[in-house]
This record gives sequence, structure tokens and C-alpha cells, in this order.
Amino acid sequence: MTSDWPLLSILIWLPIFGGLAVLFLNDSIARWAALWISVLTFLFSLPLYTNFDTTTADMQFVESVMWIDAFNIRYALGADGIAMPLVILTAFITIVVLISAWEVIKDNASVYMGSFLIMTGLMIGVFVSLDAILFYVFWEATLIPMFLIIGIWGGPNRVYATIKFFLYTFFGSVFMLIALIYLSFQTDSFSIHDFQMLKIDLDTQVLIFIAFLLAFSVKIPMWPVHTWLPDAHVEAPTGGSAVLAAIMLKMGAYGFLRFSLPITPDASLYLDGLMIVLSLIAVVYIGFVALVQSDMKKLIAYSSISHMGFVTLGMFIAFRIMATDTGADDTAISSAVLGLEGSMMQMISHGFISAAMFLCVGVMYDRIHSRQIADYGGVVNTMPIFAAFMVLFAMSNAGLPGTSGFVGEFMVILASFKAGFWYAFFAATTLILGAAYTLWMVKRVVFGEIVHENIGQLEDINKREFFYLTILAIAVLFFGLWPDVISQVMHATIENLLQHILTSKVPV
Amino acid sequence: MNNYALLAPEIFLVLATAVVRLVDVFFLSNRRVLNLHLSLVALLGTFVFLWQQSGTEGSLFNGAFVVDQLATTLKLWIVLIVAGVLAYSTAYLRDRDILKGEYYDLATTGLLGMMIMVSSGSMLVAYLGLEMLSLSLYAMVAFNRDSARCSEAAIKYFVLGAIASGMLLYGVSMIYGISGELKFDAIAASLESDKKDNVALLLGLACVVVGLAFKLGAVPFHMWVPDVYDGAPTVVTLYISSAPKIAGFALAIRFLADGLQVLQADWQGMLVILAVLSLAVGNVIAIAQTNIKRMLAYSTISHVGFLMLGLLAGTSEGYASAMFYAITYAVTSLGGFGVLLLMSRRGFEADQLDDLKGLFRRSPWFALTMMVLLLSMAGVPPTVGFYAKLSVLKSVVAIDLVWLALYAVVFSIIGAYYYLRAIKVIFFDQPEEIHNLDDGLALRAILSVNGLAVLGLGIFPGALMAACIAAFGG
Repeated sequence: MTSDWPLLSILIWLPIFGGLAVLFLNDSIARWAALWISVLTFLFSLPLYTNFDTTTADMQFVESVMWIDAFNIRYALGADGIAMPLVILTAFITIVVLISAWEVIKDNASVYMGSFLIMTGLMIGVFVSLDAILFYVFWEATLIPMFLIIGIWGGPNRVYATIKFFLYTFFGSVFMLIALIYLSFQTDSFSIHDFQMLKIDLDTQVLIFIAFLLAFSVKIPMWPVHTWLPDAHVEAPTGGSAVLAAIMLKMGAYGFLRFSLPITPDASLYLDGLMIVLSLIAVVYIGFVALVQSDMKKLIAYSSISHMGFVTLGMFIAFRIMATDTGADDTAISSAVLGLEGSMMQMISHGFISAAMFLCVGVMYDRIHSRQIADYGGVVNTMPIFAAFMVLFAMSNAGLPGTSGFVGEFMVILASFKAGFWYAFFAATTLILGAAYTLWMVKRVVFGEIVHENIGQLEDINKREFFYLTILAIAVLFFGLWPDVISQVMHATIENLLQHILTSKVPV
Repeated sequence: MNNYALLAPEIFLVLATAVVRLVDVFFLSNRRVLNLHLSLVALLGTFVFLWQQSGTEGSLFNGAFVVDQLATTLKLWIVLIVAGVLAYSTAYLRDRDILKGEYYDLATTGLLGMMIMVSSGSMLVAYLGLEMLSLSLYAMVAFNRDSARCSEAAIKYFVLGAIASGMLLYGVSMIYGISGELKFDAIAASLESDKKDNVALLLGLACVVVGLAFKLGAVPFHMWVPDVYDGAPTVVTLYISSAPKIAGFALAIRFLADGLQVLQADWQGMLVILAVLSLAVGNVIAIAQTNIKRMLAYSTISHVGFLMLGLLAGTSEGYASAMFYAITYAVTSLGGFGVLLLMSRRGFEADQLDDLKGLFRRSPWFALTMMVLLLSMAGVPPTVGFYAKLSVLKSVVAIDLVWLALYAVVFSIIGAYYYLRAIKVIFFDQPEEIHNLDDGLALRAILSVNGLAVLGLGIFPGALMAACIAAFGG
């Protein structure tokens, strides 16, 4: 029934127009209206999964109309195996975030709820745009609601954090814009598909790759342009942190998969050493940085950077595998596929886990109004149910088998082995480091004796908190035990992506 | 045989201005509602005449007055924007007891000057139009004659403006001396042959470019801009910062593209320097401003730099992108100063950045409107400013000046900072003293329309873009 509906347009515009309407409602109605709109959006995203054809790498649910005739810019939407899971993740996380803000946000709740809905529509737009300018418009527009969310509802240092967040991302993106304009002159259109078919010589490819790298590495964020993230996370309200970590960071990784890898494969191959080193620095060095944090949100923020290092590692290790195995035999190809799929799995799983971790911190922050690890201790004594959730999410953050956190990391490490022992060795340190910083934090916060008096008076989580933590816990366990649900939908797309990567784009 | 129908909008405007003048004398009322409404009717009539004219092309007085698609499109927008200015201004002037009938006369004669500039087919007609506009503006800047700051700004504007006019006229005389022609197309034809390398011609070109740069406010000829923007009554700043930019663009097109296209290699170099300096100085100095009118003045300077980028490309796409930029900037700037009018009231001028504090708590709707306007100036999608920048950058990349495009975007990042700071003040700071916003319905309505236009043009920029390209025969 829904097959001939413009599903993707609905997914973009329902939350945007809904959000605009919510802005003008009074707070108590706004909460319910926002929740219903987000649930409706999520329901509309499900047909993407059920009607998805897993055998093809072509774009599905395609819509395309002329938008700006003069520049041949089209309003073109479509989803493939990479975009579709991210769209559903976005719709899902929005529901959780709106519920989590229910009683917590008292100041201008309608604007808060409306901003999140608008941001949801824009983020979905990023994932399903087939036109580069449309993509860029959504990409930049997501900054605006997030800028306001951090700035209005954030912590004491929010202004610094939010301006830094905006300017960092804006800085990276404008170079991408120039690259897109340059590419458009080669194809006479802004179609991403046309860009991917383009033959470009290596020097130009390297420049374009760097322009994309500036945009996407800031967003992911990769070391050394990650410094905006801890600030933004610490100052953002809980929901802002959750969306930032769960979805906005994925936009950068998605950009690599959609733009950098297929459009400039030779430059990616040429610079894969650099990318792998940056990824490993993120994994190892940032892992150590996370270890010494005394602020819970900062710790999780650094942990996000470290986990996103795995995402980029998985993408670029594929090039290293292809470079070392000159024949590109079957095992090499399957390892490269493993790396790319692992990085997708890691993105999805990190979406759930990071959101859950930030929401857990939010639960405690709402009660004690502190994010300092030292202010807690013995929370399990007064909040046993919450402690169980927290330990579960911490375990999956550390990559415990059986949770979704394990799957992606394991796939990427396996792929790294194919490229070389030392890549895998450094990548695998995360299993130790991740466990160390996460579990150590949990030990200090949740377990032990009650040192501070106010911890002794804590009330355990209420039904609302129980509800959203439960659905996140189910997601984490479900995708940990049955990752096939995701990997099968993206398989065809990943293999097609690999074909793009293997084909040199340098004109002969 | 002259087809005077081509001149119908201008003739109507002159007659209507005279009628408004007489009405002001005979039906004296302190509220001057009649003046406003009659002036708006006059503009509406002019608009209708222009609308009927669209599509027709032709010239009058041996080609001294040209009507083409470029002229008609630009005039339509200029009339629209001036109508917006008038609608914005009345309450402000009334509150300050400086609502005189002359305000409407000056605004409409300025408009007439702009229309003549846009339609000029010869250098002298262009100069005539420019002076008509400039003299109206000098008087308008001094409109609050009891204020020393206004008078100071007016004198500065007058002296520097006179120098600029002199420069332009000097250049005109040299070009006339070499080519023996006054009309742009005749100049172009006569220069086709062998006179291109003449030093005097290049000197004439340089003088013309300097004159244009003065009028547009490009660095290093920008000194008057912040002082005049700051000193003039806000409604006059609104006027100066909007429509005259479009007319200035038209003047540049007439001189450089129509008349001196053969010297493109020469003026391109000059415009590159002006653009590079304007982008840097405008954006960097704006950061240091605490006075929002001065901040917007420096922001205008940086936008003129972007406008230059489109012009210097020297292609019809480039001209079209600059035209798009000029029109959309004028609309955006109109709204930006409109918000300042909203926040001002009798005895209080909202001209400091801090005066915007907590606007979000006082009026979320207008806070959002101002945010859209500021983001449009910063070039953030989905506002129209983004497409203006996109089209300009596209035309610069098209002539292989990628470095210039990169330079421009780097400075637009720096520029983003002070726009964000203004948004920060509006949304994140608490209001210091609660005083009521201007509650004039007209002001609120037009400001809302203005903000929605900036957003709407941002979501559907295709039609305006197509019109700009059509104006250059694309």
C-alpha cells in the first residue's frame, strides 16, 4: 500500500512541518504533539525496511524533481543499504530523546521539542539526498537547531561550546562546497551519482579528497579536529548530547561512504596510510584521554571519538587490504567487505549505545546536578534498576560479546588482520582501553559505598525513564545477538561500493 | 521616433511625486498618513507600469535611455524594496517628531534616480541618475537636523560622495576623449578596433572603477560606510543599505559590461583587488563592533566584496549571480534594519548589540525572523544568502579562480562568527530591562513578510535565479 507513497519526502517534511507547528503550541500540548509526530515519523520509516529490496545496490524509493533549473539542481531523494538503517536509527532516537526531555526541560519546552523534530527531518534529509546541493543544504541546516539547543538549554559554558561547534563544522563544510562546485562543472549537474561516475586525475582527486576530509573529519570527529566535541557534549542538554553522538557524528562517516570513497577512490588509496594512522590515533590516544576524565559526559564524548575511529578505520583498511593483496583475490574482497560492513555496524551500534550512555548520565544529572565522577559512588544502593541498565550499556560500550558494541569492532579488527598484524594490534587495544575507561567509571559511580549523603536519598528511575532505557537496551541486545538484520540489507550496497573503490577513476 | 511608452513608469513616478508634494502642502496633517498611502499608491502604479513593460525592449533618445529585461527586473525589485522602506519608516519618524513630507519626496526622487541609473544607455544619463540618487540620500541622512551625529554623517557622506562623483565624471571624460562616444554600446563598438592599449583610457577606466567602488562602499573606498550607517536615522540606513546597492550593481554592469567589456582583463584585476580587500576588511573589522549598525555596515562591505566576485567573472553567469546577490542582499538587509526599528522606540535607539539581548524571551517570532536574516547574511542554508553565495562562487570557479573562491569562503567563516554572536545575544542572553517592542501592526506585518521572503526565496530560489539569468540573455 505504501509502496507508491513519497516515503522519503514524508520522512523529511513531516517532522519539519510538525516541528514548526510545535514551536507555537503551549508547552503541555507541545510535548504530546511532538511525541506523536516522532512516533508517526518512526512508523513511516518502517516501510523502508519491509519494502527494501536487499538484492540491489540501486537507490530505492527514489523521488526526483527539478528544483533549481538554472543550475540543474534537483530535489532528488533515494535510500540504499547505507542510508536506510541510518534513517530508521534517526527516527528511533528522536522518540527516545523526546521522551527523555519530558519533565526535564521546563523552559520553553515547545521550542525544544520543535527544534528536535526539525533537526530530525533535516538529518534524514542528509542521509537520503541524491543531489549534492540538497545534501549540503540539509547538512548545514542541521547546525541551526543544534546551535540553539546547546545555546539555550546548555550548561554554564554553553555559548562558547555552541559557537565553537557551529564554526568548526561550518569551517569544514565550506571547503566541501567548493569541491562540489568544482565537480559540478565536470558533470553539468549536482547529482552525486554523476559525480561517482566521473573520471578525475589523481592530483585533482587528492585536492577534492582533502576538501571532503575537512568537512567529514570535523563532523565525525577525527583527531586532531575533535576538540569541539567534548565541549559541545559537556554543555549540551542530555537530549542534545544523545542526538549529537548518535546521529550527527554518523553524518560525517556517511559522507565518507557517499562522497570520498566512491568519488575519489584513487586519492583514498593514495592517502589511506594517513587515514588509518589518524583512525588509530583516535582509537588509542583518545582512549587514553578518556581514561583520565573526571567528568562523565566528557568521558563518554572521548569514548565516542575513539569508537568513531573504528568507523574510519574500517573504511580505509579496505584500501590497505586491496593494496597489499595485489591480486584482489576472494578473501581480500571478503575482508574488505568485512571492514566496510563492520564500520557500518559500528555506526548503528554506537548510535544506540552512545545515546543510552548520555541518557544514563542525564538521569543522574537530573537528580544530583553534577557530572563529576567524584560526586557519585554507590548509586546501586539506592537505584538498583538504573544500575542494571547502566552496567549493561557500559558493557556494550566496552564491546562485550552479545551486545551490539561487539559486532562492529570485531568485524573491523578481523579485517585489520588481513591488512597487517600491527593494524589489528593497535585496533584491538580498544578492547582493553574501552573496558578500562567505561568500567572504571561505572565502578566509581555505581558501585562502592555511599560516600555522599545525597546519593543515599536518590530515587530509582521512574516509569518514563524505565521505558526509554528499556527500548534502548532491547535494541542493543537485539543487534548484538542478531546483527544479520542490518548486515543483510547493506550487503549489496557495500559490495557495489567496493566495486567503485576497486575501479580506478583516473582517466587513462 | 521615440516610443515614450517606454518611459511611462518614470513619467508616472514624477507626476505622482509632484502630487504627493502638493497634497503635503495643502492637506497638512501631523500624522501624514495620506503621504504614506499616496506614496505607496505611486509606487504601486510604477510597479504596474513596469510589470506591463516586462518583455519589451527598446531605447529612447538615441539610445541614451535603455529598457531591457535587466532594467525592468531590477526596477521592479527596487520599487518593491523602496515600498518596503516607506512602510517600515513612518512610525519611526513619527515617534521622533521628524516626520516631514519631504521624506517621501526624497525617497521617491531617490527611487527615480535609481531607475534612471538602471536604464542608462549613456554615461551622462548614468551620472544624472547617480547624482539624483546621491543628492536625495545626502538630504535624507541629515533628516534629523537637530542631531549633531546626523549632520556629521551627512557632511561626511556629501564630501566623500562628491569626490566619488568627481572621480567618476573624470573617468567618463577620459573615456569620452578616447572613444569619442558617450553611449555604452557606441563606446564598446569604437573600442573594438585599436584603442584598447591607450594609457589614458586605462586611467579613465581606473577612475570609473574608483567612483563605482566609492558608491558601492568597497575597500579601500569604504570609509564613509560605517559612519553614515551609524549616524543616519535607522530608517535612512535601511534605505541606503538596500535599494541603492542594486542600482550600484546596475551602474557597474552598464559601465563595465556594456561599455568597457573589451577592457575586461584590466578591470577584472582591479575588481579582484577590491573584492579581496573588502572581504577581509569587512569581515574582520565587523568582529570588533559593539554597535550593531556599524557591524551591519562592515557586513555590507564584505557583501560588496562578494558582489564584486560575481562581476569580475565577466561572464553572463557571473553578472547574473551578482544580480541575484544584489537583490537578495537588499531584501535581507532591509529586514535586518527592520528588526532594529522594531526594537527602537521614542527616546531609545536600538543600535548596540546588547540592545538585542533576550529578544527570544520577548518575542520568539521576531527572534526567529532575525535569526533567519542573520543566517542569510552568513550564507547558511536554507536561507537565500546561501544560494547567492553559491551562485557567485560557482561563477568564480567557472573562470578557474578557485583560489579566490577558497579565499572568499574562508572569510565567510570569519564572518559567520559575528552573525552567530548576534544570534547568541538574541537567543542565549537574558533581557536586561523589559521594555515593549514597537507594537505597530504595519511594522510587524512587513517584518514578518520580509523574514518569510528570505526563507521562501531560500527554499525556492529557482524563479529569481532564472529571472537573473534571463536578464543577461541566458
